[in-house]
Amino acid sequence: METINTDVAIVGAGGAGLRAAIAVAEADPSLKVALISKVYPMRSHTVAAEGGAAGVIKDNDSFDNHFHDTVAGGDWLCDQDAVDLFIKEAPRELTRIEHWGCPWSREPDGHVSVRPFGGMKVERTWYAADKTGFHLLHTLFQTSLKYPTIERFDEYFSTDLVTIDGRCHGLTAIEMRTGQVRFFRAKSVIIATGGAGRVFPFTTNGAIKTGDGMAMAYRAGVPLKDMEFVQYHPTGLPGTGILITEGSRGEGGILVNKDGYRYLQDYNLGPPDPWPRKKAMELGPRDRLSQAFWHEQQKGRTIDTDYGAVVHLDLRHLGEAKINERLPMVRELASSYIGVDPVHEPIPVRPVVHYTMGGIDTDIDAATCVEGLYAAGECACVSINGANRLGSNSLTELLVFGARAGRGAARVAMRGIAGTDDQQIQAVARAAEDRVLEFFRRADGTESISDLRREMNDAMEAGAGIYRSEDTLKTCTEAMQEIRERYKRVMLKDKSNVFNTDLVEVLELGAMIDVANAMACSALQRKESRGSHQRLDHTERNDSVYLKHSLARYSATDLPAIDYSDVTITRSQPAERVYGGAQE
Amino acid sequence: MSARTIELEILRYDPEQDDVPRYETYTVPYREDWVVLDAINYVKDELDRTLSYRWSCHMAVCGSCGMVVNGEPALACHTFLRDYPEKIRIEPLQNFPVERDLVVVMDDFIDKLGSVKPYVVAKEEKDVDDGEYLQTPAELAKFKQYTACINCLLCYSACPQYALNDSFVGPAALALAHRYNLDSRDVGRVAREDVVASNPGIWECSFVGACSEVCPKTVDPAAAIQQTKIASTADYFLSFLKPWNRK
Repeated sequence: METINTDVAIVGAGGAGLRAAIAVAEADPSLKVALISKVYPMRSHTVAAEGGAAGVIKDNDSFDNHFHDTVAGGDWLCDQDAVDLFIKEAPRELTRIEHWGCPWSREPDGHVSVRPFGGMKVERTWYAADKTGFHLLHTLFQTSLKYPTIERFDEYFSTDLVTIDGRCHGLTAIEMRTGQVRFFRAKSVIIATGGAGRVFPFTTNGAIKTGDGMAMAYRAGVPLKDMEFVQYHPTGLPGTGILITEGSRGEGGILVNKDGYRYLQDYNLGPPDPWPRKKAMELGPRDRLSQAFWHEQQKGRTIDTDYGAVVHLDLRHLGEAKINERLPMVRELASSYIGVDPVHEPIPVRPVVHYTMGGIDTDIDAATCVEGLYAAGECACVSINGANRLGSNSLTELLVFGARAGRGAARVAMRGIAGTDDQQIQAVARAAEDRVLEFFRRADGTESISDLRREMNDAMEAGAGIYRSEDTLKTCTEAMQEIRERYKRVMLKDKSNVFNTDLVEVLELGAMIDVANAMACSALQRKESRGSHQRLDHTERNDSVYLKHSLARYSATDLPAIDYSDVTITRSQPAERVYGGAQE
Repeated sequence: MSARTIELEILRYDPEQDDVPRYETYTVPYREDWVVLDAINYVKDELDRTLSYRWSCHMAVCGSCGMVVNGEPALACHTFLRDYPEKIRIEPLQNFPVERDLVVVMDDFIDKLGSVKPYVVAKEEKDVDDGEYLQTPAELAKFKQYTACINCLLCYSACPQYALNDSFVGPAALALAHRYNLDSRDVGRVAREDVVASNPGIWECSFVGACSEVCPKTVDPAAAIQQTKIASTADYFLSFLKPWNRK
């Protein structure tokens, strides 16, 4: 097996990975960076983010506002020291991206423009029309080309961390063009592989969002934190799950049920007028809006379609000119994929799995409990997102914590590693290679990838959706255990070495099964309702027991063990989340 | 009611097994709202695990799934079955080596993208604590269209010049250079001219305009190249009037 020696290895070349790579290159131009991704950087799913990135910049706003919106939005499960750090770094990171060329939308006087988002007291979302993630990703990718020390390994599928006695020494990855496994030997490693929405059947997430990095860290002994918290975005297109940005409601769009009634007023988010109004009605937080949809459906007030129940997102009153200027992609997506032009008709939408609040357990510096191993972006859980992420915090998060991970990993690499046993490291790397080769050798595979994946998707949707209960979650965890067993007999049909996507999908499925198990088991253990985790059998938040982060620990044979760690509370004591008229 | 089906004729090539590419035909269900990518995914999940292709977002923004559909370069996720006859031929993008099946080797494009210095070359570095550069909506509008490229390579597949001469820098990379040249924050135009205004750069383009016709994001690289030609020509003549500005 070929060994590629580097200083810092980064897995994932989306927003967080690219930002981290640049941070390493700027911290010390003598450090070699290996930027490893299963896709070319501009294919990364950061590209699909639409609405914008939050950062305090205007005189009518304050760090305090951003802090309180984030902490209350997260139902007090955020670590408040991390949130404080995040909101203060946010405007600086967004400005840096501006200097690097991001085409932010502007005010007439040339300053960056901001728009309102859900759960926000004051508008603070920087945006580049409704393609913010796309522009942010391409700006980062193109800027990264300036730095000769960043060497990219595009279309390398990472399989395992090489870890000995709590110290990370690199990772193994398959070069997809040749099928060969390479050992990236590194002084520090950053995981930046994004979310795991593909665990569910109906998601805004692209095909690549399979939780590979989360599973790698998990198997290497890092707990997955707060995995029960999965965000449903309230407005996805039926059928495909294509995201219709919250920016559409930020610009004044409304949600109505089959009777044309703005139903959110029935769920402590009203009154409906005056509109638009911050932190009210359609600008409430995502968890509350998706939950309100569920109740409307129970009451028979949604609209049935071939792709499930929907409500209507009505933008018509914004007018064609504003829709074209602010929401051109929304218009294009709705017109192309469901034949609805939002200038003339309301868009049918339904809640769709969008974001994993949970992830690889890190501290405020993006460091994990494994020495030399960092994580940033959606794959990580610091946590600034708590039980429900505030819309437009995620793009900012990947910049702030991507940069911190880069600087931390650079410091470790500059220090170097004391006395390591080469033979032992190579042996661990060879074992990782063997895990891949075993799929080729196996002759007795009986289980089909697509069947297992479908069953996993169905089990998660039925058992761990917007509303959960002891019964549904038990059924789900049992199903997931069975799927995990059957995965041991999964069949690799394609034995080619060249761009073998059958192999990639086998490995992705393995990662998803581990991540899904962590989600379901964490959800079963948390006997309360908080943020995006809603239990029909435990409907209240229970701070005396569950004001805690859950930590799922990997077991090769059993269900994950779940334990808990403290939430850092500094200046905001848990209180009731109040939206709509009641906040005034 | 018998369910309607269609046929996909897909180019297959595995360098480990095939001397030359071949076609394989698959029968898949027809659905009114399916894109070509949905039909290909059906093949992969239900009929043939060995088919290789790239895809991710399914919303025409990640640029992965460019292929040739009935002779025209297209994004498979943004091309509907309903717009095609009963039989659809699917091939990899043209003008690139085939790595396997519908996957092409895109190293050359990646190199060219980097060669045009696609990043802001600032007059002087500004500290982030000093805030953003001011840029009016009118200044943004000058280059915004050219920021929309998703690097899907359809324009390279359609370009007759790139087919003849693979040293041609090509539509997407030249449009990206133009995007930075037009950005009020950038002073890098002269630094880009070595590549952009060279023979394999803009002057190789014969202005057929196929690139702009196939672009799924209406970037119009042909216009970018023509505008760059005009700007470079002006530079050339100005260099006689103001010889002290010559490089």
